[in-house]
Amino acid sequence: MDISYTILIPLIPLAVFLLLGIFNQKIKPAVSGYIGVAGLSTSAALSFYTAYQYFFVHGKVDGTYQAIVQKVTWMNFTDTLHIDMGVLIDPISIMMLIVVSIVSLMVHIYSRGYMKGDDGYTRFFSFLSLFSFSMFGLVLATNLFQIYIFWELVGVSSFLLIGYYYTKPSAVSAAKKAFIVTRFADLGFLIGILIIGYYTGTFDFETLNNPEGSAILNWASTSFMGLSVITWALILMFMGGAGKSAMFPLHIWLPDAMEGPTPVSALIHAATMVVAGVYLVARLFPMFYFVEDGFALNIVAYVGAFSSLIAAIIAITQTDIKRVLAFSTMSQIGYMMLALGVSKYEGHDGLGYMASMFHLFTHAMFKALLFLAAGSVIHAVHSNYLKDMGGLRKYMPITNITFLIAALAIAGFPLTSGFFSKDEILVAAFENNMLIYISSVLVAGLTAFYMFRLYFGIFWGKETNYKHAPHESPISMTFPLMVLAFISLVGGFIPFSEYVSADRVGFEMHLNYPLAAVAVTVGLIGIALAWVFYKKENNLASKFANAFGVFYKWTYDKFYIDEVYLFVTKKIIFNLIAAPIAWFDKKVVDGTMEGIGNKTVVISKKIKGMQSGKVQDYALSFVAGVVILALVFIYLWTN
Amino acid sequence: MIAGISIYEILTVTSILFFIGVYGFITRKNLISILMSVELILNSTVINFVIINKYLYPDMLQGVFFSIFIIAVAAAETALAIAIIINLYRQINSVEVKDTEIMKY
Repeated sequence: MDISYTILIPLIPLAVFLLLGIFNQKIKPAVSGYIGVAGLSTSAALSFYTAYQYFFVHGKVDGTYQAIVQKVTWMNFTDTLHIDMGVLIDPISIMMLIVVSIVSLMVHIYSRGYMKGDDGYTRFFSFLSLFSFSMFGLVLATNLFQIYIFWELVGVSSFLLIGYYYTKPSAVSAAKKAFIVTRFADLGFLIGILIIGYYTGTFDFETLNNPEGSAILNWASTSFMGLSVITWALILMFMGGAGKSAMFPLHIWLPDAMEGPTPVSALIHAATMVVAGVYLVARLFPMFYFVEDGFALNIVAYVGAFSSLIAAIIAITQTDIKRVLAFSTMSQIGYMMLALGVSKYEGHDGLGYMASMFHLFTHAMFKALLFLAAGSVIHAVHSNYLKDMGGLRKYMPITNITFLIAALAIAGFPLTSGFFSKDEILVAAFENNMLIYISSVLVAGLTAFYMFRLYFGIFWGKETNYKHAPHESPISMTFPLMVLAFISLVGGFIPFSEYVSADRVGFEMHLNYPLAAVAVTVGLIGIALAWVFYKKENNLASKFANAFGVFYKWTYDKFYIDEVYLFVTKKIIFNLIAAPIAWFDKKVVDGTMEGIGNKTVVISKKIKGMQSGKVQDYALSFVAGVVILALVFIYLWTN
Repeated sequence: MIAGISIYEILTVTSILFFIGVYGFITRKNLISILMSVELILNSTVINFVIINKYLYPDMLQGVFFSIFIIAVAAAETALAIAIIINLYRQINSVEVKDTEIMKY
């Protein structure tokens, strides 16, 4: 199967980015919107064509999906160790292509309405294209170094888009925070890549992931501090993934990243870029699973479970609707991580892997929908805060219904897409790790609760006195909502496990009815509680908050994790390390260099004095020289 | 040949004259005085030419010719220098060396 055309999928958005970026001022905003949408539509069409070709025509050989690779060597170090550039097509990369192209296309269409009249309209679309290019490149990467390059590129586009409103100080600092935190995590990623390169001699995914390959079989050959070096490398790479995917404790940038425009939050910080960490772990899943009996994979599982729980708790108390959604994203990504973490490799045992990818797919759809619907609400009431909303269902019927669908999906209501994927995750957790299963069920309940708190708070409850009566958004914004709502409703019926599985063979999945019943019951309890608390105006919620007192305050302040970071960075690192080094640099290093410079100036001023420009002075030195020479010669001659 | 006076005495006088000129050239602050000092130096060398011709090669005339040549050149040089000094005086109302230093920058 010739897949060279897939290189166009990332290259078209790159071309759009260059076009819009270079002719930023010359292109009319209306035209630039169409260019962006057209470019992305082409990429999306190609993605779907590739998916069709792969899954239904060429991909399966002897019942196993083959990984199809086309690459060129870019940098050659040794015979085995070289950095390639190319495309890798396998079930998860195709799945990600579909996710990225659908969500990105919907966000492009939506942005034409949402960003209308904004000064940086063209700039916004060029950045969106840059991001799409980077994300497609990340998905299609054939080796660790290529994925790292695109990994940083998505980080840059995320930085640019969070800081899109660059006149707002909060947006600028949020952009910096996101960039610095993820860069810090990427340091671990880079070190992990270098360790892998040094000890296994290859960066190539297919070589690394081969269960009979030397990279996996020889994991025990070198150890460091009681663990295999490969395990260390995997842990470090997971650190990079945790930074990108906002896992505890590297999640602090994600809530602040909500300063960006809402379509950006939907695209980057809900559906695509933040799942890059999950994708990375899935990409290296055989390594994670086989090396040291899955030690690194256990870390993934526990970090994921803990993050999902803590994020769900924090989400309950937040009042900024976008922040609620941000913590919800973190919680759901934790779900995907824990599903990967509890997964095994072969056949039906690889359920967790499949469930994680499945949830990634469905979550991308309904979370992008939630963000876009929230954007539609924000567009109508010009505020992010729950207190400024209420009773909007009469004004915005389409937003109301689509938001409800997404909320039902994320809460795992039967027959919505979230129900199926969440059920698979819970089954995988139940079969492998009871502790994680209990935590996940709890999270399922919390998710349903905070999501319906949001829903009732926005669309029901007491009606705020609006200055201008809110109205439904234009068709360019509601159309993507309807498309995504449709996918959120029916996406669960895709026989996902046939296509995506850890060993690429595929199996049939079945609903586990008892576990599904438990999850649905817990979800319904959450919804019912939200109904009681927030459907009608009442003071039950604040009473409850007061009953919890300190705990409520802690949660509201996000467990003071930001403050801990500030304390560590400002008080400890800054005062004890950075300040002395800065002093040394200023006084000793700069002092030496400046001293040399100053002395040169002083000496040159002295020398300048000798060049008086008076012929008489020169004549004096000339005569003096003649006299001295004369004396010397007389002395020599007389002796 | 001048009776009773040897070449050494005359050379001593011209040397003194030469160094008076050099001293004046270095120390005078006034451009006219400097010019005069230069003339002293030139004159001392002219005397040297004549004396050496007279005492050492009495049958030749090159030294005398050369001294006349120097006197002619010195006259031209003085005329030129005086012209420069007069023009300078018209510009800055001064013939002091220190006032001409602005040319340096």
